[in-house]
Amino acid sequence: MEIFGIPIQAFLGQLLLGLVNGSFYAMLSLGLAVIFGLLGIVNFAHGALYMIGAYVAFVALDSFGINYWFVLVLAPIVVGALGVVIERTLLKHLYKIDPIYGLLLTFGLALIAEGMFREKFGVSGQQYPVPELLQGATNLGFMVLPNYRAWVVVASLTVCLGTWFLIERTRLGAYLRAGTENPALVQAFGINVPVMVMLTYGAGAGLAALAGVLAAPVIQITPLMGSNLIIVVFAVVVIGGMGSILGSIITGVALGLIEGLTKVFYPEASSIVVFVIMAIVLMIRPAGLFGKEA
Amino acid sequence: MKLSKISSACALAVASLLGTSAQAQISGDVIRIGFITDMSGLYADIDGPAGAEAIKMAIADMGGAINGKKIEVLVADHQNKADVAAAKAREWFDTQGLDMLIGGTNSGTALAMAKVAAEKKKPFLVVGAATSALTNDQCTPYTVHWAYDTVALAKGTGNAVVKSGGKSWYFLTADYAFGAQLQNDTSTIVKAAGGTIVGSVKHPLSASDFSSFLLQAQSSKAQILGLANAGGDTINSIKAANEFGITKTMKLAGLLMFINDIHSLGLKATQGMYLTDSWYWNRDADARGWSRKFFEKVKRMPSSIQAGDYSAALNYLNAVKATGSDDADKVLAQMKKTKINDIFAKGGYIREDGRMVHDMYLMQVKTPAESTEPWDYYKVAETFKGDSAWTSKAESKCALWK
Amino acid sequence: MMSGNANDISRRGRIGLLIGLALLLIAPFIGLYPVFMMKALCYAIFACAFNLLLGYTGLLSFGHAAYLGAAAYATGWLVRSGGLTPELGVLAGTVIAALCGLAVGLIAIRRQGIYFAMVTLAMAQMIYFVFLQAPFTGGEDGLQGVPRGKLFGLIPLADDRLLYYVVLAVFVAVFLFIIRIVHSPYGQVLKAIRENEPRAVSLGYDVDRYKLLAFVLSTGIAGLAGSMKTLVLGFATLSDAHWSLSGEVVLMTLLGGMGTFAGPVIGAFTIIGLQNFLADQVGSWINVIIGVIFVVCVVAFRRGFVGELLAWQQRRNKG
Repeated sequence: MEIFGIPIQAFLGQLLLGLVNGSFYAMLSLGLAVIFGLLGIVNFAHGALYMIGAYVAFVALDSFGINYWFVLVLAPIVVGALGVVIERTLLKHLYKIDPIYGLLLTFGLALIAEGMFREKFGVSGQQYPVPELLQGATNLGFMVLPNYRAWVVVASLTVCLGTWFLIERTRLGAYLRAGTENPALVQAFGINVPVMVMLTYGAGAGLAALAGVLAAPVIQITPLMGSNLIIVVFAVVVIGGMGSILGSIITGVALGLIEGLTKVFYPEASSIVVFVIMAIVLMIRPAGLFGKEA
Repeated sequence: MKLSKISSACALAVASLLGTSAQAQISGDVIRIGFITDMSGLYADIDGPAGAEAIKMAIADMGGAINGKKIEVLVADHQNKADVAAAKAREWFDTQGLDMLIGGTNSGTALAMAKVAAEKKKPFLVVGAATSALTNDQCTPYTVHWAYDTVALAKGTGNAVVKSGGKSWYFLTADYAFGAQLQNDTSTIVKAAGGTIVGSVKHPLSASDFSSFLLQAQSSKAQILGLANAGGDTINSIKAANEFGITKTMKLAGLLMFINDIHSLGLKATQGMYLTDSWYWNRDADARGWSRKFFEKVKRMPSSIQAGDYSAALNYLNAVKATGSDDADKVLAQMKKTKINDIFAKGGYIREDGRMVHDMYLMQVKTPAESTEPWDYYKVAETFKGDSAWTSKAESKCALWK
Repeated sequence: MMSGNANDISRRGRIGLLIGLALLLIAPFIGLYPVFMMKALCYAIFACAFNLLLGYTGLLSFGHAAYLGAAAYATGWLVRSGGLTPELGVLAGTVIAALCGLAVGLIAIRRQGIYFAMVTLAMAQMIYFVFLQAPFTGGEDGLQGVPRGKLFGLIPLADDRLLYYVVLAVFVAVFLFIIRIVHSPYGQVLKAIRENEPRAVSLGYDVDRYKLLAFVLSTGIAGLAGSMKTLVLGFATLSDAHWSLSGEVVLMTLLGGMGTFAGPVIGAFTIIGLQNFLADQVGSWINVIIGVIFVVCVVAFRRGFVGELLAWQQRRNKG
């Protein structure tokens, strides 16, 4: 059976892989949007935090024998703590000045992280084994889908929707959203805004680390895995607009699917299709598809 | 009141002085060998720092000096970037009095360094890189290609796989000089042997995820998946192919594999695979003896590239000793008229196009049961003697060999 | 963000610049490696171009390497395969880079502030991937074997020292050109945009036009740097268009002093010098060091070398 001359196996297979990638885009752009929303900082280090999460998983298994399921919880906590430290020592100096400095600082942090891990682990990549429970594959007829990748899609979408629910539908989320709009007023109501900000950055970092752990069995764990990804995530965020949480999730998944589709028909363009879409969206709707700002 | 701009001008001067390694030095009293390879990336295991160790072993075997002149080796990491390799080579030739350059892995960097060496008129012995272009359309009077090349790999593995029934091929190719050349050379051989090329897909060097490329390969329905890549890329392609069940419908042909890759993947995953190589540590008593010494230093058995590094350095130094000079033209002339008889090659010689001609081996990976000790991974299936493995005069486009 | 004094060069400043020029003129004779100096000068041109945009117009282009790379490849290809003489090749490269800048600028101008930076980064990444795929660039292997040729068809450039003076002349011309732009009425408007864009709009200036022109000028000069670099080193590779170079030029400008004339030059020489000197000794730590310098600059050293010196000078004058 063929669609536009491509066998349906190839078509659906690439689409499914695209869905997996899209889940990662969604998770990371979500974290980025949350951090930008509350801190006003474009966190270039987000990719590095994702990378560190993956390495925490690797080292935990390799040196301490801590298995995947524990590290799914452990890594976000470790990296989240790191995020809190970063916020308290470095980021808090930057809130009152031009936002480009936030971008530049986190860029510097990303370089530091990359350099250190490169020094320790080299560039060529570490393997992380698929956890036993999720090993093996299911023959779907049109392709053999490794069970682990199905888990990645389910887990990440659950986390994304959970975060959305937390922010949009709970009291805590309300404080967060209010703190974005008017920190002074929220502080006057007795909410400790600086602590909230600190924990938000930590949570964003934890989210990135979680994505890293999920990614570990799928791709090579290398120090560069974050920086290559973060630029695409930036484009996703510009396309979706940073106002809406749900918007980030939908945009991330959609772009993953589009990328997969491109791989079927025109593989050479798959690395640039996200950027091309970004250019088009900017021409038509500069604020982004779900953006609120003018 | 100190002038802000004067101070900044001074800062400029200091920064410039920081950036340059003193004045140009003349190589008068030292014989300097340079070694530029991938030290930390996907090829670091098959050559890398252990290759530098092999060169140091050669220097030690020469006694550390020739006619009172000390022998030194400079080592650099090109990080798989052609510009870094070329810039470092140029700097060493210009400011460090480099006498000879040994080229490590990555064909793109080798081609770049070959140009620099030709411009500076100094010998460039390529050991790690594969592209046959080095002695073909890009040959120079100063390039010597020591260990192996893509033509030999194609002739060896390509023919063997087609003969054993693998007629239709799909290539998974590393997207740079080496992968393209290997795919090219192998396609020629496969077609000449009566096979067909169904299609190909290129992957970025050091790719992190092979899944989408493998899906494309699988939908081609070819019998053989030819892996025109090396090092970490080959290891990951094979692992991913297993994960996606590709190995159930296609057979894998690793067109360039080294003993380190087999060690990493394990015999279970690789048994029965054919590969072509220039040397094997367990080939004969000489090789074994040297390899045990290497093992003591590095805790791994040497790959053919590392043995090649040793051999290239040793033969160069012997030529320097024989001519009593480090003049590039004299030494190269000496090397070209001397046979190579060491732990790496027996009866080897350097052709007009710069190719070091020696025997190549088609090897098959042993089953776990057949392997008697760690690193005992290969059995020799066929030996290609002398000229038969390489590009022939009729096929060659090298202007120096007509 | 910037002190107004940076725009007017005092007498002392002029003396300082002349001393710097003198040092550059005698550099090959005091044992400095010409190829290193030329490379540093090219990146100094790049940093000056970047500074025009960031320091004087207030726009952060976070993907500026794309234009350096575009010109590098264009010049490389035209000189090697198109047979152009070097000066025509460089001219063509500069124009092509400016055209790329125009295309990206038209899209990026639609957003402001930090979004502008993100868009420029993403567009630059797209350009990078195009270079990766396009056959004429040679992909991972790079475009190699670019001959230096003969300037104007007459003067062979193969000699390092001769080429050094050619590169120096171009650098000085660019430096003076930028001073000219900054001091012109156009430059005054750019400064106004940097300090208070809404006010400039309310005064009736077509702000987008001014920003776009600044962007095109900046990318064109960045291209000039890339073209010269290709001639000097003989190749153009993906590293020339990679985002890490985009980051480095920001650091060069920040470290040296945004919105000053000599700042980017100092920054460029420092960073290139550090990389050259330390790369062999420290391996991957060089990235860490660059990152640390970034962090330190942003947190505690935002004015950069020249900026700090100028501020100190001002304090001493007042005290």
